[in-house]
Amino acid sequence: MHNKSVAELSRELERGEISSVELTQQFLDRIKQEDGRFNSFITVTQEQALADAKAADEQRAAGDATPWTGVPFAHKDIFCTNGVRTTCGSKMLANFVPPYDATVTENFRKAGAVCLGKTNMDEFAMGSSTESSYFGATTNPWGLSQGDKRVPGGSSGGSAAAVAARLVPAATATDTGGSIRQPAALCGITGLKPTYGRVSRYGMIAFASSLDQGGTMARTAEDNALMLNVMAGFDPKDSTSIDRDAPDYTATLNEPLKGLRIGLPKEYFSDQLSPAMEEQVRNAVKEYEKLGATVKEVSLPNAKLAIAAYYVIAPAEASANLSRFDGARYGYRCDDPKDLMDMYTRTRAEGFGTEVKRRILVGTYALSAGYFDAYYLKAQKVRRLIQQDFINAFKEVDVLMSPTSPSPAFVQGEKTNDPVTMYLEDIFTIAINLAGVPAMSVPAGFVDGLPVGLQIIGDYFSEARLLNAAHQFQQVTDWHQREPQ
Amino acid sequence: MQWDIVIGLEIHVQLATKTKIFSGSSTAYGAEPNTQANAVDLAMPGTLPVPNEQAFRYAVMFGLAVNAEIERRSVFERKNYFYPDLPKGYQTTQLERPIVGPGYVDIDLANGESKRVGIHHAHLEEDAGKSLHEDFHGMTGIDLNRAGTPLIEVVTEPDMTSAEEAVAFAKKLHGIVTSLGICDGDMSQGSMRFDVNISLKPNGSETLGTRTETKNLNSFRFMEQAIAHEVERQMDILEDGGTIVQETRLYNGDRDESRSMRTKEEANDYRYFPCPDLLPVEIDDSFIEEARNSLPELPDARKARFMDQYGLNDYDAGLLGGDSRLAAFFEEAVSNGKDAKLTSNWIQGEFSARLNAEEKSVADSPISGAQLGDLVVRIADNTISSAGAKKVFEALWSGENDNVDAIIDAKGLKQVSDTGALEAMVDEVLAGMPDQVAQYQNEEDPKKRKKMLGGFMGPLMKASKGQGNPKLFNEILVKKLGD
Repeated sequence: MHNKSVAELSRELERGEISSVELTQQFLDRIKQEDGRFNSFITVTQEQALADAKAADEQRAAGDATPWTGVPFAHKDIFCTNGVRTTCGSKMLANFVPPYDATVTENFRKAGAVCLGKTNMDEFAMGSSTESSYFGATTNPWGLSQGDKRVPGGSSGGSAAAVAARLVPAATATDTGGSIRQPAALCGITGLKPTYGRVSRYGMIAFASSLDQGGTMARTAEDNALMLNVMAGFDPKDSTSIDRDAPDYTATLNEPLKGLRIGLPKEYFSDQLSPAMEEQVRNAVKEYEKLGATVKEVSLPNAKLAIAAYYVIAPAEASANLSRFDGARYGYRCDDPKDLMDMYTRTRAEGFGTEVKRRILVGTYALSAGYFDAYYLKAQKVRRLIQQDFINAFKEVDVLMSPTSPSPAFVQGEKTNDPVTMYLEDIFTIAINLAGVPAMSVPAGFVDGLPVGLQIIGDYFSEARLLNAAHQFQQVTDWHQREPQ
Repeated sequence: MQWDIVIGLEIHVQLATKTKIFSGSSTAYGAEPNTQANAVDLAMPGTLPVPNEQAFRYAVMFGLAVNAEIERRSVFERKNYFYPDLPKGYQTTQLERPIVGPGYVDIDLANGESKRVGIHHAHLEEDAGKSLHEDFHGMTGIDLNRAGTPLIEVVTEPDMTSAEEAVAFAKKLHGIVTSLGICDGDMSQGSMRFDVNISLKPNGSETLGTRTETKNLNSFRFMEQAIAHEVERQMDILEDGGTIVQETRLYNGDRDESRSMRTKEEANDYRYFPCPDLLPVEIDDSFIEEARNSLPELPDARKARFMDQYGLNDYDAGLLGGDSRLAAFFEEAVSNGKDAKLTSNWIQGEFSARLNAEEKSVADSPISGAQLGDLVVRIADNTISSAGAKKVFEALWSGENDNVDAIIDAKGLKQVSDTGALEAMVDEVLAGMPDQVAQYQNEEDPKKRKKMLGGFMGPLMKASKGQGNPKLFNEILVKKLGD
């Protein structure tokens, strides 16, 4: 049962072969038995899940079901859930129970899906390894059989590990610089970061507002499409969400790929990529050629500037976004503050972890008088150049393909003391967030027994085409079906 | 040394929208603390701002009313600082691209001249909450009802050269925003708050001196006092050879004192940057035209109309036309009372005096314009004397009775205007005062004669039990005594 996709589970529920209560109980049992090894959940909402499952069964019986009615899944602990603790992986919010739902949460609730709990993540989504969580690191299900505790990637490492370990068939995630695609790649699952503005950010705790985008994680492209059908759409509560109809993303999954024009950005096949990784990615591209696609090399000349620009813009926005965590209204407050300044400084010193503090400091510095032009304004100029690179590339090709990460999952602790090396984990993903275009990571092979991800990048609002391309690939490959031992 | 005074103003105008600038919470004043603050106003994690279109409409109306350029693309920025009544840790405001560009306002001066004061720009922003330091022993209470109330901050050029000009400008601006209906103008509730920038320079010098900013003046009187106080303070320092420190000062109106709040060195680095949660605001021609078409009559136009339609002089028309509520009161009164000049005199005299004495605004007046009009009618048609009119006014104000004629009857204030009866009384009184009559008739100086005439009025009023028409008595006296 735990190997079945959302689409399969949905059909079985529809045919009455299993009830949502039974299904929910099975997955809850599995989480209880298995998650001690992975630590992919921060909170498991057993009682609420079973109550929701019962309601879903009743709804199905009443003939009022959506494809999601009664299907279990999990939320990254960055999406606010009414009445359920939402921590963002931080001590600062360890006791925070929001009195409202994120729009994404509300949409899944309305669709009748059954949320089993909240998944682990890097603190405030700042990280590429899910090691900076206040609730402990998450371990990648891959590599354990070889005796290694490897990172699942991050920041959505909890969601990725939970899906890879078959603890849930699908989970929500967010991506600011690669936080969906890199963990999807490292855990051997399929993940999609939609176009900026496609999925509402309301109730999704902000890291860098102009880059954050909610998205999907599941084992198959089809399940990603089912998730996006629930998540995508205009939200009047988010001024940056885009007022444009969302199509049925499952409707075009089976379109033939004949004539699909694929571009390979030469900057993404550089020295940083190991020959073994490159081989897997190029093999995947060959599969596409067999499916009738044409391939050419393209250039994203400013891609090399992406990391530098990102690590000015994202921390700058974060430094303001995280100012609200001051101990005054909710969340952590230090013991016995002597005065206002003491409350601020100790609350924030004790409530935030090292990486969060580092980024707040970097962002504050970049916005300070005398540095603003040299850092923030310059980074914004670079961002526009990068956007233009993608616009130019999509005049020539339909999609871009590249590796998702420069290397497979690394061992825990390996990069925690070297932030810049950690930042380079996102070298192939960050430019996509700066441009705002959508991109996926699709399982495309293994190196030393560890999953490799193929990144497929599309033009603005081309999610349906990306899902189509991923789905067709998954009809002729089985990388996404491999199960960690 | 002679000093030139240079004054510029920054005015926070609370916009009278029903809901906040970025959330659906009510902006009504005076609710229980924190009952008008939702998740967005409390800056709960993940919440996002959604702009209120009405605030933009009001800002555009303001821009048009002060002859300003409207920026087609304005940008919200985050102004970062920590304070407990600022829930997000930043204020959403505008800096580089404000919605209202350069404009101007013309003010009337006491010498009858008019002066143009430049508007540098006006921008939209959200108000902060309130810190309550008094009610909580040793602690501070936070009320976020006001957090997110829309404001426009109006920044003038340093064009004013005296407290009188600054107050005239402030009053003019008050008249404009209340006439537009974009602000309730209630300064005691903080609906309009003035910050005054003041510097001195040697008479005729081109170079501006170092300025100070005095913050949060919430009445015209305090503003006038604060300017006088600060000018004197700076002048004392400069005359003693000292230098002015660029700083923000707080003025205590009750004690006529000011103290330094922070110097330039202590000022925050606000780290402004464009707010990534809000897209740039695009304002198109049709939005501006719609706003233009919805503009009501403004003080300048109303003043001109009052002069034309009611024959008021420049001063009266400016005063009554400058304040929308006072103007409405006047027009209601004059539509009953007919006599515009007399109505104007009563509004500026008895009526304003009573409002001031009881610290009431026109809106709180217990007397309606129509009632004052009825009173003016009875004065004009000689039914009551001005002394009697004051008694009627008193009865109306206290709520003793709401009908002018009923009060006149009940109090027996009706004047005797029967000429025959009055002549008989005059004859009788003059007969009893032969010395005074002779004295009067021997006096050559018309001024002194006029004064002596008053000597007969007392006995006449007494003879008529206070009900004789003084005007008619006067005419009869002059006739009888020979001119």
